[in-house]
Amino acid sequence: MPGFELGEEYRDLVEMVRDFADQVVAPVAARHDAEHSFPYDVVRQMGELGLFGLPFPEEWGGQGGDFFALALALEQLGRVDQSVAITLEAAVCLGAMPLYRFGSQEQKERWLPQLVSGQALAGFGLTEPGAGTDAGATRTTARLEDGQWVINGTKEFITNSGTDITELVTVTAVTGTATAADGSTRKEISTFLVPAGTPGFRAERAYDKVGWRASDTHPLTLAGVRVPEGNLLGERGRGYANFLATLDEGRIAIAALATGAAQGCVDEAVRYAKTRTAFGAAIGTYQGIQFRIARMQVRAHTARLAYYAAAERMLAGRPFKTEAAMAKLVAGEAAMDNARDATQVFGGYGFINETAVARHYRDSKILEIGEGTTEVQLMLIARGLGL
Amino acid sequence: MKIVVLMKQVPDTYGERRLDTQTGRVDRGSSEAIVDEISERALEVALRYKDSHKGTHVTVLTMGPASANAALRKGLSMGADAAIHVLDDALVGADMGQTAAVLAAALPRNEYDLVIAGNESTDGRGGAVPAMLAEHLNLPHLSFLDSVELSVGEVSGERVSEYGSLDVRAPLPAVVSITERAAEARFPNFKGIMTAKRKPLSVVSLAELGLGPAEALAGARSVVLCASARPARAAGTKIVDEGNAGEQLAEFLAANRLI
Ligand SMILES: Cc1cc2nc3c(=O)[nH]c(=O)nc-3n(C[C@H](O)[C@H](O)[C@H](O)COP(=O)(O)OP(=O)(O)OC[C@H]3O[C@@H](n4cnc5c(N)ncnc54)[C@H](O)[C@@H]3O)c2cc1C
Repeated sequence: MPGFELGEEYRDLVEMVRDFADQVVAPVAARHDAEHSFPYDVVRQMGELGLFGLPFPEEWGGQGGDFFALALALEQLGRVDQSVAITLEAAVCLGAMPLYRFGSQEQKERWLPQLVSGQALAGFGLTEPGAGTDAGATRTTARLEDGQWVINGTKEFITNSGTDITELVTVTAVTGTATAADGSTRKEISTFLVPAGTPGFRAERAYDKVGWRASDTHPLTLAGVRVPEGNLLGERGRGYANFLATLDEGRIAIAALATGAAQGCVDEAVRYAKTRTAFGAAIGTYQGIQFRIARMQVRAHTARLAYYAAAERMLAGRPFKTEAAMAKLVAGEAAMDNARDATQVFGGYGFINETAVARHYRDSKILEIGEGTTEVQLMLIARGLGL
Repeated sequence: MKIVVLMKQVPDTYGERRLDTQTGRVDRGSSEAIVDEISERALEVALRYKDSHKGTHVTVLTMGPASANAALRKGLSMGADAAIHVLDDALVGADMGQTAAVLAAALPRNEYDLVIAGNESTDGRGGAVPAMLAEHLNLPHLSFLDSVELSVGEVSGERVSEYGSLDVRAPLPAVVSITERAAEARFPNFKGIMTAKRKPLSVVSLAELGLGPAEALAGARSVVLCASARPARAAGTKIVDEGNAGEQLAEFLAANRLI
């Protein structure tokens, strides 16, 4: 049977997160955005609600839900505050999930419970000054010395890497050269768990970002950082493959967040169009405004279907790389296009920072860049077509 | 301790609410149905006690249409242990008297120490059901409590009125109603939502409560004679200051008995 009718638990979850977003997150969103401050109090409450544990089993303190439950929660948060939503997305998909997927029993016991409860955050450091889309160009190195990994390099734009509750950043580093079957060689990339506070490891001054200003993003310096040999995450040389798998899932999550943003713009525009009058009537009575908002609704709806479809394949254990890339592409563009249109509907008020649509206007651009640019999604989709 | 909390599903106060002028009833189709916030607060009072007193059992009880099931599910997700839904077509349009009679019949016999309700719902706003229920049960009733203290064998609290505040108490079992100052309701978490599915939710009809439909309806003592929509707002009075605006204002207020 085709269809995307949500089951009862998913519906109840959506309602719960929607209420939380409206009552707790939205009222302080503009302030944290203006102050570039991390919303510790909101994050603490999200932890209490179990949002950081949604896709993890109860044995690790999780909620026993699945990845789709997380996506639904991200959509509801993304509607009112993308910064808060990306904090959750990065904490779960980039922070806790790789540890859960690839970590040893010992590593999980040491770190996973705090991450799953939301009491601590982990970041994922892949991007470097010279290696973004081309992640294979990683220059950070790790070499084994007296039973310890010594890591040197710099990372760029790492989310959740410098908060007061950041306990860990997972970084990728070159550990040698791998020779393929055809004799060609390439960099061997591995991943390491670097606890916050390790000597030589520093989160540099936070960026002055256009959007996502209440989300925590820093460049990282790793200067002779020493971690125990046991901090290698997953197999040596599997780092590249592992983070590619991590990113595929993450794209569904980002698509859900972007869908929320696109929907938030629709909701704001509809509300405003009904109350704002010009030439003696509500602007929503003019077809020019109606058609603009109707198109916005189509984009939000399409984006939602795309991420539902990708999540469905993922949970069914089928290949979902292309579907995740399409969902990320469609939803990211929907958010950006809707933010632009919602701002237009709001007129001058849409250009004032404290309005939600102005925030979406600044926040949404990164949805076409982070966790794989639009161009990367197109590359993946084309590759799926055998091109 | 066994606590029963009355929950009600009401039209969302956020949206536009409409009266069906044919039947004089709230048009439930015109806005989204939600759990009345005051019921959630009443449940929160019970859950806080449960949080600190293991072995407390909380039941949520509602009388309402099939859709009111969602209100009970939310109650279970928040942490209640069991739910009872009185569902019967004969109850459509029930008044406060009937509602109280039916709720009294639906209470698990002698299996509760305390019934907690909101002081009034946001739709009907009668504010009399808790008192009527207490009367049916022949139990003491503390109404409009801003705070609730529970101890073995006794419930007490503060009741604030226009003239001052009263500290009141009653022996258990008792019925209390709370105001919105009593507690801020928690959000359910996902684990709560998942476990809610496995908690007992019983749906009972009037017959199962030993009430015949005729008997129940015979109790309808309030009848809506006619219903009309709220008149459109008329233009207000404008006072232009020509040196005597203060006087005009005072006259206006006096004429409308506002001072
Ligand atoms: C707020 C924020 C948070 C972030 N959080 C994290 C994080 O937590 N962890 C992390 O590792 N990274 C993070 N990033 C980094 C982000 O993932 C990268 O910025 C992104 O992958 C793009 O890399 P780049 O900036 O180096 O751009 P580049 O790779 O230099 O790309 C520049 C442009 O060239 C295009 N391009 C590149 N190659 C091709 C090609 N072959 N064909 C066509 N076009 C191409 C790109 O699409 C883009 O338009 C974050 C970034 C931001 C801004």
